[in-house]
Order: sequence, then C-alpha cells, then structure tokens
Amino acid sequence: MSKNKSQPDSTVCKPGSQVIVDMLIEQGVEVIFGYLGGVVLPLFDKLYDAPIKFIIPRHEQGGCHMADAYARATGKTGVVIATSGPGATNLVTGLATAMMDSVPLVAITGQVRTSLIGNDAFQEADTTGITRPVTKHNVIVKDPNDLAQTIREAFYIAQAGRPGPVLIDMPVDMQLAECPIPPKAKIELPGFRIQYKGHARQIAAAATAINASKKPVLYVGGGCIISGASEALRAVAKKANIPVTTTLMAMGAYDQNRPESLDMLGMHGSAYANYAVQQSDLLISVGARFEDRVTGNLETFAPHAKIVHIDLDPSNIGKNLHVDIPVVGDAREVLEQMLEALEYKPRKEWFEQIAAWKASHPFTYDKNADVVKPQYVIEEVCRQTGGDAIITTGVGQHQMWAAQFYKYSQPRQFITSGGLGTMGFGVPSAIGAQIACPDRVVIGIDGDSSFNMTLTELSTAVMYDLPIKIVLINNGFMGMVRQWQELFYGRRYSQSSLKNPDFAKVAEALGCVGITVDKKDQVAGAIEKMLKQTKPCVVDFRVDPEENVWPMVPAGKSLHEMDGLDIFEMA
Amino acid sequence: MKHILSTLVLNKPGVLANVAGMFAARAFNIDSLAVGRTDDPTLSRMTIVIVGDDKVVEQVRKQLVKIVEVVKVQDFVGQDVVARDLMLVSVACNPEKRPEILALIEMFGGKVVDIGPKFIMVEVAGPENKIEAFIDLCRPYGVKSIVRTGTVAMARQTRTKTEE
Ligand SMILES: Cc1ncc(C[n+]2csc(CCOP(=O)(O)OP(=O)(O)O)c2C)c(N)n1
Ligand SMILES: [Mg+2]
Repeated sequence: MSKNKSQPDSTVCKPGSQVIVDMLIEQGVEVIFGYLGGVVLPLFDKLYDAPIKFIIPRHEQGGCHMADAYARATGKTGVVIATSGPGATNLVTGLATAMMDSVPLVAITGQVRTSLIGNDAFQEADTTGITRPVTKHNVIVKDPNDLAQTIREAFYIAQAGRPGPVLIDMPVDMQLAECPIPPKAKIELPGFRIQYKGHARQIAAAATAINASKKPVLYVGGGCIISGASEALRAVAKKANIPVTTTLMAMGAYDQNRPESLDMLGMHGSAYANYAVQQSDLLISVGARFEDRVTGNLETFAPHAKIVHIDLDPSNIGKNLHVDIPVVGDAREVLEQMLEALEYKPRKEWFEQIAAWKASHPFTYDKNADVVKPQYVIEEVCRQTGGDAIITTGVGQHQMWAAQFYKYSQPRQFITSGGLGTMGFGVPSAIGAQIACPDRVVIGIDGDSSFNMTLTELSTAVMYDLPIKIVLINNGFMGMVRQWQELFYGRRYSQSSLKNPDFAKVAEALGCVGITVDKKDQVAGAIEKMLKQTKPCVVDFRVDPEENVWPMVPAGKSLHEMDGLDIFEMA
Repeated sequence: MKHILSTLVLNKPGVLANVAGMFAARAFNIDSLAVGRTDDPTLSRMTIVIVGDDKVVEQVRKQLVKIVEVVKVQDFVGQDVVARDLMLVSVACNPEKRPEILALIEMFGGKVVDIGPKFIMVEVAGPENKIEAFIDLCRPYGVKSIVRTGTVAMARQTRTKTEE
C-alpha cells in the first residue's frame, strides 16, 4: 500500500493533525461527529479553524450512529472521531452496526504515542485488535510518511464494493509529526479488486430463467439501496412483469404503493410476500443475503424455486443456500445489463393469486379497540406525512410496525439497524439523518426501552437546532422480548419491563417539546402538533402494552407457517 | 477433504491477526499455517491447510479474499502439488539403540542435528504422511518432543484454481 519513504523535496509537509484535516477536506467531508480526549487534542485544535461542520454527541456510540445514519441518508461516507481507550471502545457497537448493514464510515481514533503502545499506558486500548471483527478494515498509523495515504485509502475502502466501516488508529505523536502530503493518485491496492459488471453469460442465463418463469418473485435487499438500483429495479419489474418483495434493509427501494409491491418478507413480513416466495418457481435475489430472519427454515425455503442470486460480495453467494444462477456484480449494473434481454409475460394467474392474498391477508390490527394501538399511530404518522418522511427506528416491535405500517416509496427513507439489531439506534440516527437532510421531516419511531438507551442525545438535537421528532411507541415493555416470553415461555415476563420516567417531562427538561398521549382520539391531534414543531419533539404514545407483531414465522418454521393470521379475520 | 490454500498477503503488521481472526470469527478450523517472506519483500505467503467440505472451503476462500491485505488465494486441491512439512523431533535413544534409529533416519532421508547420551534430535522433511510415519516408528523408543512447521506447498507447473 502506501510507500512514500523517500520524499522529493517539493512535497509539502505539515503536522499530522493538519494533514488529517486537509485529507478530510480533500475527500469532501462536510460534517464530522466526534468527541474529545487527550490524545486527539492536536487534531481538534486544527478542526477549530476547519470549514467542516462539527457535531458533538453525548456519547461516542451516539456519534457513531449519527455518522452511520448520515451515510445511510446520503450515500456519502460518515466520519466519526473518538479519543483512545474508552472513546474508542464506545464506538464498538456503532461500528458493528454499520458493518452488519454495509454502511461506509471512516472512524479516526486517537491512540497513545507510539513509544508507549503495549505498555498499558493511560487510556490505552488495543483499538485495532478490538475493532478488527467489526470493521471492514482497520489500520494504525505508525509512520508519518503513511498518514496522508492511509486516510485516502480508508475513504476508498469504506466505499469500494460492499461498503463498510474503516477505522484509523492515530497515535498522538503522528498527529504532531511533520507528515508529507504526496500528490493525489489513483488508489491501487493489490488484490483488492471489485467486479461491478455482471458476467454476460450469467446474466443471459438469469434472463432466460426469468422469461421462462410462470411465478417469479424479485427478492430485494439493502444492496439495491446502496447501489442506487431503484430505478433499474422498477424498469426490470415493469418490463418483465414481476412482483417485488423487499427485506427490512430495502424498504423504499421499491415503491410500496404500487400493486406489484409485496412489501416486506420474512419473520414479520407480509403473508402475501411469504406465500409468494414459497410458491414461486423463480426467486431473483438482488443485493440480499438470505439471512435467517428472512428465510425461516432454509430446508423448506422457496421449495419450488430456482434461485438467481445477484450480489457484489461473492462470499454472500452460496453461503446460506444453494444458488442455481449466481451473478457477481453491483445490483444496479447487473439489472441494467439484464433489462435488454427480458420479455414481458402477462402471468395473469400469478398476479391474480397475489391480488387474492393481498386482499385476504393485509397487515392489520384490531381497529375497534379502545386503547391506542401502536399500528394506528404509525399509520397516522404515514398519513399525515404523506409517506414522505425519513423514518429511523430503535429495535423491537415498534421497528417491525414501522416497517409494516408506514409505506415507503423512496430509497434511503427508512433507516434502521437490520443486521445487528441495535437498540438505541433511533434517536442518534434521527439526528444524523436530519443533519444530512435538513429540509426533510425526520421521525424516529422508537420503543420505550430503546429510547432509554440513547435519549441523552436529545440534548445534541437541541444544541444544534435539529427539529427531529420522536414517535415513542411506549408499551412499558421490552415488547419484542415480552412477545417471545408470551409465546414461547408461558407468559413469564422475566425482567422485560422497566420503570420508565415521564418521557415528556424528560424531553422538556432537555429542551425539547414533550407531549403525552394515552387516548385514541388524541393521536391525530398530537401528530399534527408534533409536525408543526421547530424544536425537537417527543410524543409519548402510551400504547396497548401487550400488542403483538403479526404475522410471525416462529424461529425454525417455514416461511408459510405464519402465526397470528387469525387476526386478519377481524379486519 | 484437505485443502491447501496458498495465500499471498501484504507483508504488514496485523495481517496475521486479520487472517487468524477471520477464521476464529467464522468458526473455520485451521489445520496448519505456515508464514514466510517471498522474493518480493512487500509480500508474504501463508500456506493454510484446512479440512472441510467444498462449501466450507469455498466460504473460507471468499472470506480470505475479502481481507484487504490478502492479494491472492490459490486452492491447490486437485492439483499436482509438492507439499512438505519440516519437523524436528527429539527421540529417546541410548547408545545401544543408536544403530537401529540411525538406520530409520537413513530410510526417511532425515538428518541428525543433535545427539547426546540419552537422546537424538532429528530433522525430517517431506510430505505429511511420511512425517507421520516417521513419528509412529519413533514412538516405541520414546518421543520427547516434536516441532513442526506446518505444510508449505507449491504447484508443479500446472494450472490451479485462482481467485483474486
Ligand atoms: C442493545 C440491545 N440490547 C438488547 C437487545 C435485545 N432486544 C431486542 S428487542 C428488545 C426490546 C425492545 O424494547 P423496546 O425498545 O421498548 O421496543 P418494543 O419491542 O417494545 O417496541 C430487546 C431487549 C437488542 N436488540 N439490542
Ligand atoms: Mg417497548
């Protein structure tokens, strides 16, 4: 990689801290999330005059989630800075979250000076050792000659191919040393090559299979959002006439208001998506990875279907199940390449069957109940925002309802921790998204327990005048855990409820607007009021404490073996 | 089935940790691992021996390639390959037993590298089965300690499955 041992005299040298700032500017960084500490003081001193917006979270984990959501909302690389030791270890959850969902991040951590490394110095931690499994790549800078190039490479690696977080550990003496800035050149990493274009023969095979299929389904994952494949996807679905289901990570990749949208599939997916997958004769996976929450029992997953798997990461292909037609390549590129060869087929019976499933098994809930139903709150949020808000979530039941009852039509509109399932993601991710998109309505749909984990970041929103809205689905439980205890542990609710504070008062104390809703007829009015706020606003919806997420494919069952379908009879 | 993955990596600190960490994190087992420089000082070669079915080995190969510092992975399976282990073994041996043991060493093309009144230290190189056979034949005399390098391998002028 970087080899700049002998510098020609003309090369500019500056203190490492300034070189870091120069490189961040060179990379087009507009905003940094970060937190101070002893060994990053030289860097922060240079950031003082830098033309880069700086956001200080209340906790490094929050900062990392903010950078992550900023990246998810824009497609740009998020940047987070933390000090050594505890600052760096506080990033771990955020990095793992980004890693699992393929989010491009560059994290810069301070480190004790190189001569002290390994001596258990004050606030020393083996940051590269700790973060190795939760980063796409990490590196410690130990030679001033490498500093500039290491940063350029980090940004390149974070975005190249399947994106991910890259961490640079930066000892304080490197920040103080005179470091050369070599001229910018194309980045060449031996062996690090990515195949964006699909192989023509594989694409032809996939197109032939699609043209011959009577019951095809497009199964779309987060890769479609990352690669900007929505338009190509729409074109393929339209030209070849194929229904589309998306994973949690791909909500909005395909407009859910269209009749051929099957909405989300999987454990809490729609009955019609799961039935369609199970009966399909061809499953075309685009940028998805057959994760267990999606497939249910793999043995009986899509039993009649041939599998086409399009993925940029070859290691995803064949990892979980046998693939008939693998296509390594970028989702958008491959779909565009394939379009030409596709033929329109009416597939009348297939679409009639799907329409029948959609009519008989929509997502629904008890609309006549007197209590506030969480699904109703989310439906109402969707209605009042015209389906146009950016939604972020915590993890739990509310996250599933946010996926089921808000109808997404644009990519990058739904920001959620899918792979890692990180509670506490909701508030900081709303902040990151609001910074990325200052003119959009950004709503964090959060659960009470998730909210408790990171609500301290509300003061960050206040400090930077970010009008985020928190729709708190407060069931007084770790609802998703409670649901499993109800269904699989005989209703023994072991440790799954917290004594919550008065969230509206907490919000007010932190400088937000706080509203409490405990009656059904207050819901619409409260949402209206919330949407008018220019300050951050928290609405605490006291919802039915024991509502469940339906349908549900119990772990290990086949996708069509959904529980809770009987509630549809009430609809 | 046994696979030898000849893996070219950048000669940088932390690379071994990245490779070993990936194996641990994904619950792959390493049978043996030998690392050394190549003719190019910026590159090292790791010879990794793993046992697994095709699906597992395929995953290992793909996951290896994803590591940024991994330049190239060759799976030698089905190839005409020269594979060698180097072993140092110390065998209990009093002067009366010497002729027997020396004959054994001779047969295996081994070398005596140290000798004392109660032991003999031998260097043996060769394919794994030869090394194993030598150990088995030494056991009756008493094997005091063994050090092995793990397999290193090179393909004979034939084509191999390559992935970059
Ligand atoms: C950091 C973290 N800890 C634990 C879990 C396990 N977990 C998943 S959902 C859940 C309960 C979430 O409760 P809440 O935020 O109130 O959401 P609800 O399910 O009630 O909507 C828990 C504890 C997790 N996903 N993340
Ligand atoms: Mg809850």
